[in-house]
Amino acid sequence: MTDLTRDDVLKLARLARLDLTDEEVEAFKKELSAILEYVAQLDDADVSGLEPTTQVTGLKNVMRKDQVQDYGISPDELLRLAPKTQDGQIKVNRMIA
Amino acid sequence: MSWLPIADIAAKVQAGALTATEMVEQALKTIEEKKEYNAIIATTAERARERAAHIDEAVKKGEKVGRLAGVPFIAKDNYLVFGADTTAASNMLKGFTAPYQSTVIERLEAEGAICVAKANLDAFAHGGSTENSDFGPTKNPHDKTRVPGGSSGGSAAAVMLDMAPFALGSDTGGSIRQPASFTGSVGFKPTYGLTSRSGVVAMASSTDVMGPLARTVDDAALVFDVLAGPDPLDSTTIARDQDGYADGLDTSLKGKKVGVVKEYMESEGIDPGVKAQIEAAIEKMRTAGAEIMQVSLPSLPLALAVYYIVVPAELSSNLSRHDGQRYEASYKDASSLEESYTKSRGRGFGNEAKRRIMIGTFVLSSGYYDAYYRKAQTVRTKLINEFNEAFQKVDFMVGPTAPSTAFKLGENTSDPLQMYLTDVMTVGASLTGVPAIVIPAGTSQGLPVGLQIMAQQRADRALFGIAKGTEALL
Repeated sequence: MTDLTRDDVLKLARLARLDLTDEEVEAFKKELSAILEYVAQLDDADVSGLEPTTQVTGLKNVMRKDQVQDYGISPDELLRLAPKTQDGQIKVNRMIA
Repeated sequence: MSWLPIADIAAKVQAGALTATEMVEQALKTIEEKKEYNAIIATTAERARERAAHIDEAVKKGEKVGRLAGVPFIAKDNYLVFGADTTAASNMLKGFTAPYQSTVIERLEAEGAICVAKANLDAFAHGGSTENSDFGPTKNPHDKTRVPGGSSGGSAAAVMLDMAPFALGSDTGGSIRQPASFTGSVGFKPTYGLTSRSGVVAMASSTDVMGPLARTVDDAALVFDVLAGPDPLDSTTIARDQDGYADGLDTSLKGKKVGVVKEYMESEGIDPGVKAQIEAAIEKMRTAGAEIMQVSLPSLPLALAVYYIVVPAELSSNLSRHDGQRYEASYKDASSLEESYTKSRGRGFGNEAKRRIMIGTFVLSSGYYDAYYRKAQTVRTKLINEFNEAFQKVDFMVGPTAPSTAFKLGENTSDPLQMYLTDVMTVGASLTGVPAIVIPAGTSQGLPVGLQIMAQQRADRALFGIAKGTEALL
């Protein structure tokens, strides 16, 4: 099940929004299959009665006040980093045809 | 010219016996002289000189200038820092100037330390050799034909090349510790959450930690004492040890229970020269009074497989922010938003980032999530339980940092899985969140070997103590 086809790789690339060259698709087909084969050793691990861990120090629901804080950065400074802006907003390509 | 201990530099700058300007100039001169190692992506010379002049001025006025007054340092280029671009060694972020600084950088500056340069790394910290950098590989200070390790390879090399007394690295699966081992420096990976991740380019949020690389345990401890502690900008941060991490450490080995990790020492791939150095180091700990015993973590051989599911999953999510619309490289000729995303990402990300994003996307995709991601996170629980059980019996665990010494440039670049295996001895501490330190333990065939010591979560202070005590024996 871990031998990926060209279509599998293209589907993943589409999900990940990555434009890949043909060479990359071919290389990833082999490399990803090898990596998935390596991690498949977990199939045999007995984890009965155990829950998954996502947070290692046991913190839960760390809350803060919902209030504006001034970090000394203006919206203009942040907008200057964007490739295209207009009227104080980031401009992107048309989404609806 | 080599550097004085960090505490001495700060004391002399405060007393006016040395100036911050002299320190910054020494760092910049060394960086220039040792350019051929490619440890540095850019200097922050202009800002560093301004800050040095400001500190020297303050000293003249008799003001307190901090515990790291005038101490130059180098930040891995995934830290947001003023004075140079923050690229994470990737084409994606070339030309990105940080609008704010990392919390740990702010803390260092508040104590008078001065960032002089940004260090090379594997792009987005993905790698174990610094060969994945879009700025070219860094060379090992001990042998220019070999890698310095990675991903904090530029930081580790810079320290050993005397470019600054210390450097900052980040460690997700061994990225501070393995380069420390390969270069003969001291590298510290704290308990998860003890250092803020705010303002550092994210890799895997459940294991990313920030820490120092230095030449001695004392230097690393002093720097860490400044870095550590809760940050409102990172809700996963935890409280500091009330006694700090630098002063009054218990360095005695007498009666300390030290577990030798069986799965590391008996692993198939371990280089005999590395094993011999580690065994010799452990013998010295025993002679100094430590109670040495073997411990077994049966699931440890699975840790790397867990890591290469969990971490790609997290980083594929974290890197989804780089879509070419806000602050990164952007494909200019797109005719649709979709094309703008895919081409900006396809061109901006290097090979390894793409590979990991693809793996992460696969293990999180519907139909595979339970079999891969959930399973890996559950084996992670098993690993944590085994670490906890072992720490009921011992105070510390020791072993090698990597199966080999520094390998040749190009040796592992054609096989990604082979490169991943260089993390095999460091990912355990990352997945379980425990602190680990690497100290030099001699050489094998002329190349450094690093002893890795691990402690329980939040036992970072005790870990600095035993590391300092052990460093004196080696």
